[in-house]
Amino acid sequence: MAENKFAAYICSGCGLGDTLDIGALEKVAQKEMKMSVVKSHPFLCSDEGVAMIKHDIAHEGVTHLCIAACSRRAKTEAFHFPSAAVSRANLREGVLWVVAEGSEHDEVRQEMAEDYVRMGCAEVKKMKVPAGNVKESSSKKILVVGGGVSGMTAALAAADAGYEVVLVEKTGELGGFAKSLVKRVPFAAPYADPQPTGIEEMVARVRAHAKIKVYVNATLAETSGAPGRFAVKIATESGSLSEELCGAIVQATGFTPYPIEKLPELGGGQPNVVDQAGLEALVRQAAGGTIRRADGKEVKSVVFVQCAGQRDATGQHLPYCSGHCCATSIKQAIYFKDANPEVDTVVMYQDLRVPGMGEDFYRSAQKRGVIFTKGKASQVKGGDVCQVTFKDLILDEENTIEADLVVLATGQVPVAGVNLDEWTATVTAAESGDETAKGKVSELKNISVLKLNYRQGPDMPQFKYGFADSHFICFPYETRRTGIYACGPMRRPMDMFQAQEDATGAALKAIQAVENAALGRAAHPRAWDLSFPSARLEGCTQCKRCTVECPFGAIDEDEKRFPKFNEERCRRCGTCMGACPVRVISFENYSVDTVGSQIKAVNIPDEFEEKPRILILACENDAYPALDMAGIQRLTYSAYVRAIPVRCLGSVNTIWVTDALNSGYDGVMLMGCKKGEDYQCHFVKGSEMAFYRMSKIDDTLKQLGLEPERVQSYEIAITDNARVAKLINDYVAQIQEMGLSPMKGFG
Amino acid sequence: MTTPIATQQTILVVGGGIAGMTAALEAAECGKQVILVEKTPSLGGRTAQLYRYFPKMCHPTCGLEINLKRIKGNPNVRVLTMTEVVGVSGSRGDYRVTLKVKPRYVTEACTACGDCARAVSSEIPNPFNYGLDKVKAAYLPHAMAYPLRYVIDASIVGTPEGEAAKAACKVGAIDLEMPEETLELSVGSVIWATGWRPYDAAKIQPYGYDRFKNVITSVEFERLADPHGPTGGKLLRPSDGKEAKNIAFIQCAGSRDENHLRHCSRICCMATLKQTQYVREVYGDEGKSTVYYIDIRAIDRFEDFYQNVQKDPNVRFVKSKVARIAENESNGNLILHGVDTEGYHRYANEHDLVVLAVGMEPEIVGIPLPADLVLDTSHFIEGSRTGGMFGAGAASSPLDVNRAVQSATAASLRAIQVIHRSATTEAA
Repeated sequence: MAENKFAAYICSGCGLGDTLDIGALEKVAQKEMKMSVVKSHPFLCSDEGVAMIKHDIAHEGVTHLCIAACSRRAKTEAFHFPSAAVSRANLREGVLWVVAEGSEHDEVRQEMAEDYVRMGCAEVKKMKVPAGNVKESSSKKILVVGGGVSGMTAALAAADAGYEVVLVEKTGELGGFAKSLVKRVPFAAPYADPQPTGIEEMVARVRAHAKIKVYVNATLAETSGAPGRFAVKIATESGSLSEELCGAIVQATGFTPYPIEKLPELGGGQPNVVDQAGLEALVRQAAGGTIRRADGKEVKSVVFVQCAGQRDATGQHLPYCSGHCCATSIKQAIYFKDANPEVDTVVMYQDLRVPGMGEDFYRSAQKRGVIFTKGKASQVKGGDVCQVTFKDLILDEENTIEADLVVLATGQVPVAGVNLDEWTATVTAAESGDETAKGKVSELKNISVLKLNYRQGPDMPQFKYGFADSHFICFPYETRRTGIYACGPMRRPMDMFQAQEDATGAALKAIQAVENAALGRAAHPRAWDLSFPSARLEGCTQCKRCTVECPFGAIDEDEKRFPKFNEERCRRCGTCMGACPVRVISFENYSVDTVGSQIKAVNIPDEFEEKPRILILACENDAYPALDMAGIQRLTYSAYVRAIPVRCLGSVNTIWVTDALNSGYDGVMLMGCKKGEDYQCHFVKGSEMAFYRMSKIDDTLKQLGLEPERVQSYEIAITDNARVAKLINDYVAQIQEMGLSPMKGFG
Repeated sequence: MTTPIATQQTILVVGGGIAGMTAALEAAECGKQVILVEKTPSLGGRTAQLYRYFPKMCHPTCGLEINLKRIKGNPNVRVLTMTEVVGVSGSRGDYRVTLKVKPRYVTEACTACGDCARAVSSEIPNPFNYGLDKVKAAYLPHAMAYPLRYVIDASIVGTPEGEAAKAACKVGAIDLEMPEETLELSVGSVIWATGWRPYDAAKIQPYGYDRFKNVITSVEFERLADPHGPTGGKLLRPSDGKEAKNIAFIQCAGSRDENHLRHCSRICCMATLKQTQYVREVYGDEGKSTVYYIDIRAIDRFEDFYQNVQKDPNVRFVKSKVARIAENESNGNLILHGVDTEGYHRYANEHDLVVLAVGMEPEIVGIPLPADLVLDTSHFIEGSRTGGMFGAGAASSPLDVNRAVQSATAASLRAIQVIHRSATTEAA
């Protein structure tokens, strides 16, 4: 292997050379940091500057380089040297643009710049270029769980793109809930008439597709492995067990209608009160003719009660809206009007929710004479003459109408498997010997859909109300189980059109997962990152913190109880690295050392100089850009801080903080994303865990004789440019008031 | 500019908002070659101009940062800004596309140091803030602009101001002679992620957007609430800069109306519910919001957000389509006239600011499009006749961000299917 050769390139453009002593920076890199090549350039990102660096890599054997110029967020294309390890010392956004102008600040500004050069050089010396890990035998087959509209759409979408698909359906036939529908709502202009569902054609296409293998009457018995190598055991009703090796999974297990029996006050369970599925059955029976009730009597009047057991604030029923039911009731009212325009059809609603072009479908029902009444039904009595008592929200009075038939628009209940919070609680109780919990565990196992043998539980984590959705608005497919994607009404209430869109999107993500797993590339949000964690197991104490705290369930325990990293599940956040008390986990280009060496590289002035040094560890996605943008907007903050971007606050190992304080830093600011229920951390619990870990650091501080205020954690949003500058200045003032650290000179 | 390399295996994505960026990235991260063209000087589209998202109240720029990082790190995506599609011929798997690239007058050498802006004194209405304030005629579109390069506005080219900007640039990145260019590309599939624009509120005559300064649109209100906006996050009304504390939100401004937009724009109810919370964020109990609505369409899980806003004593809901707005000339306040349909009460309510929840109109309305595209009655893109072009995001339907991203991800796979199929046909 060729020897490492370290270089530093210092830019004097953008005014850096006018304000900073570039020669002194060169000297720092050369003399102190022992970089073998040190060059400055008046315009480093120019073609000429970049050519100089490329030349040094190609002909001078430079393998590691520190670019001391602008922020790592700027000029990324110019400073892209894939074969070399690269660090960026942020002299422009991090120094020049944020330290107040004027010669009285020259000294502290220069010190700050020199420290960033030291840090950049120290970091790159500890970095390795990620080698990547291409896997020859990786499977590119896609497993689709669920054979309804969503599942069939996902299967066809992947198969039409050329991928092998295994489709597993629990019941004896494909088609799911949609096969019980007579027609569907329209998806295209003119949005006027109910349309054929197309389900039979879809089933036929799935059955005939050369790339799709279908299992019916089948469920998953066990899923192990990781993206690119999921070993899936499929159990069929007949008792046979098949095994498939799959690269990624699309879960499309759909919904069940909210049980009408739970709504006795709305006539659930009483004669001539049906749900929307019940009405489809009556219409199917009518076969285009007169629509009759179960007792055979012709329906001459029908009332649709919207939001039945939905949008419920009492906590008894579904708190959410299922989105599709208004359009579905409109479609069903049109069934009646098209069969016989004389039938009285009333849709009783609180807010009629037909977004987009659904408005045209609504108009077409109004044109057909469907009556829409804004009212809230309080009681329905079934019987030969049904009675609907309601509050008329327009006339502001109680009212009752009679009808031959009442249709309750009930909601969608997701079929998403086991709730992992419940799972963890039950398993923990069972492990401590609770007998009832033991029974409950096997009960939960039966509910499980995926039967993952992950330490974190057998299914995908659920979001609100049991739906297995992503937590992120910008990233609806940002799954917490790498390579496994939810779609259709098990991830959010939705109609058939949306389910098809969603399933097509999920199929893309599955394809992406298999392609990237094969190349050893990370999935979103660190897409294509080739680094992966490795552990020096000889130092491991088997404390299990890494396995427990990994937000993605990437780490199993091997038979000797050591952590076993499933690289293809790993999202490269570094939470395991932050968790490890003995610091044996690292990435090639991001480790306890790459950050630790930066912390140590900073020059700590002695106490008589009265210049505090404050370490900032900032989440690279929100807090660090906010610091950067403070610079772009030329806001100023104290030159006493030294900021290091981290992949996630969850990757912050407490050793960095204690080392910093031991070596004479006067304070540490941790800047991470919003935590709690509406968390913003794309690695789930990074900032939450950092806050927790820092709350435990007080004892250590006491032993050092330091005040707890010397470590502060903040939730920072990416828009907090001005706030972050103020927080820094306030904190520096607080530290100055408190007095400098007594630890100086001992480090 | 060098013409980017493109083949029948390349996917063209039109529009660099969140849907276009997503469609491009999802395909690129599957290993496909993508060209992403954007009409304006930077990526991010309308979501970058939102202060917060519903229902999490998080910031769209957080996701923008991630998407930009993905783009910066992915060699499969080639981004062309200030570029529009002016012609498409051919069919599925084999399209010839003509692009027009407007001059930015700033080359890739730009370091975004800002010297040009300091050398220029002319100002233009700030497009990022919907013209609510001004920027220098040499400007960075916004703090997160990608590409991170300045733009010289055409208005100062050929003037001493333009020359001053050029002289100030130490790296020689300003080229005032930069011509408009035409590029021809061959691509296999085209994704139209051209997005939406706020419906022209002036067309809703009774609301007086063109007559009353204190009638603004919901997108303008986003900029007011944003600390990076023209008022630094203060809710100051345009007529006199007074803090607006009694704000009316009018729903369906243009939407659900056959004289304007026949569709429901889906996002406006939630956007308004969100904006009532901006008022609370700024003023606490001092700020009052009144929402005039037909139906509150807080669909699916958003319902709980609606229920929480309903519990807010400072937010009042009036089921009514406002009939007309008049101005109180003595104080610049606005008087809303209409009938509250819950109980049929007539009202004449005075507010100090009116926010029109304007509908989403497809950005492509009024633009010549290839005959292959199929549009619905509101000009949303349904697909294409030969099946090689797809709508994505709000170009395909009025969608919120989450659904727009889903739609874009789906479109990305449909485009991949097209190029895979033509690859297989070629091989066979």
